[in-house]
Amino acid sequence: MSSSSSRSAATRAGDQAWTKMSKMNAELFNLTYGAMVMQLIRDYEDVQDVNQQLETMGYSIGQKLVDEFLAKSGVGNCANFREVAETLAKVGFKMFLGVVVEVTAWNAEGTAFSLQVYDNPLADFVELPPQYSGLVYSNILCGVIRGALEMIKYQVECRFVKDGLKGDEVNEIRVELRQMVDESFGEEYNEGA
Amino acid sequence: MTESKRNAGSGGGGIRMLNILDRPLATKGRGGGGSEVSLSAFSFLFSEMVQYYQNRVLSIADLERKLEEAGYGVGHRVLELLAFREKQYRREIKLIGVLQFVSSTVWKALFNKVADSLERSTENEDEYMIHEREPITNVFVSAPADISQLNCAAYIAGIISGVLNGASYPAGVTAHHVAIGDGQREKTVFLIKFRQDVLRREAALSG
Repeated sequence: MSSSSSRSAATRAGDQAWTKMSKMNAELFNLTYGAMVMQLIRDYEDVQDVNQQLETMGYSIGQKLVDEFLAKSGVGNCANFREVAETLAKVGFKMFLGVVVEVTAWNAEGTAFSLQVYDNPLADFVELPPQYSGLVYSNILCGVIRGALEMIKYQVECRFVKDGLKGDEVNEIRVELRQMVDESFGEEYNEGA
Repeated sequence: MTESKRNAGSGGGGIRMLNILDRPLATKGRGGGGSEVSLSAFSFLFSEMVQYYQNRVLSIADLERKLEEAGYGVGHRVLELLAFREKQYRREIKLIGVLQFVSSTVWKALFNKVADSLERSTENEDEYMIHEREPITNVFVSAPADISQLNCAAYIAGIISGVLNGASYPAGVTAHHVAIGDGQREKTVFLIKFRQDVLRREAALSG
């Protein structure tokens, strides 16, 4: 019962955050991302390297984006990973991309879930040619999620398990919690010791 | 709405791969509404793009050229999209018409506003200028002193160039900072320099 009411609260928070954001045309966003992916494809020979580079770029975005999220979303602390997932899907995606994302397929331990992205604003005009079937076109999203969650102490792994560009009816990103980042001191101090 | 978009054109349930040409195109952006993302999302993405290029070039001129190249392909696509949506496939055959198409229709589609002004150069008849107080590529940019002449709106210059070239009005387009005084932020001027044969053709058509 409580979980369903918190879900709708997250949706409301997402809608409110979205209203406050400055907006721009989604197609220019879409085409800009396409131009960048094309550039990476020209620069790297292997599509796996392109996937990796997209993830890295996303990670760097996520680390900064989380600041804006915390400043503007009005969302408080999340008590557990489930709340993190709901907030990520209902507030985070909504606030920045204007789309609603569903959280599904929790594992028994509550450490892994799937995000179902029905409307992917990165891929509207995209058709993957056969020679790029290994390309995870929207992999930047995985990086963003990893970067953002790491900043709030959740170290996760993300990957696309379903991709609308490869014929799946929905985009699905699997998010798995690896470990909590140690709160007492940062990794850079660990390495020095 | 999402469901109908995904399913449209799939026809028989067995066909899972949806060809891009089967999907409806013109629904979005119709009537000025259009779908939107946050300006922040775009700015984060664009920032990554600029950084990526920055690590691969030696000079600011090269960086701007890279951004222009990236925009060029986008310009072609924008022209195609708008030709479908706004112009009922009609071609622009007047120089001033194509410039107005860029500064109003294209601007409105991409930036949700018309350009601040469109001017003809008083010195060179093959040069036109589009003024824009705050291009969306520059909203969150403050270039450090050592690269202060960098104008990230070079990306938009590339888009304009792509649109004009696609419309058979080949032109070089560059973005420049122009001070407007009073301590305000510099505005951006897009300098459009048409190729000579464009002007000859224009003269022949009107003569």
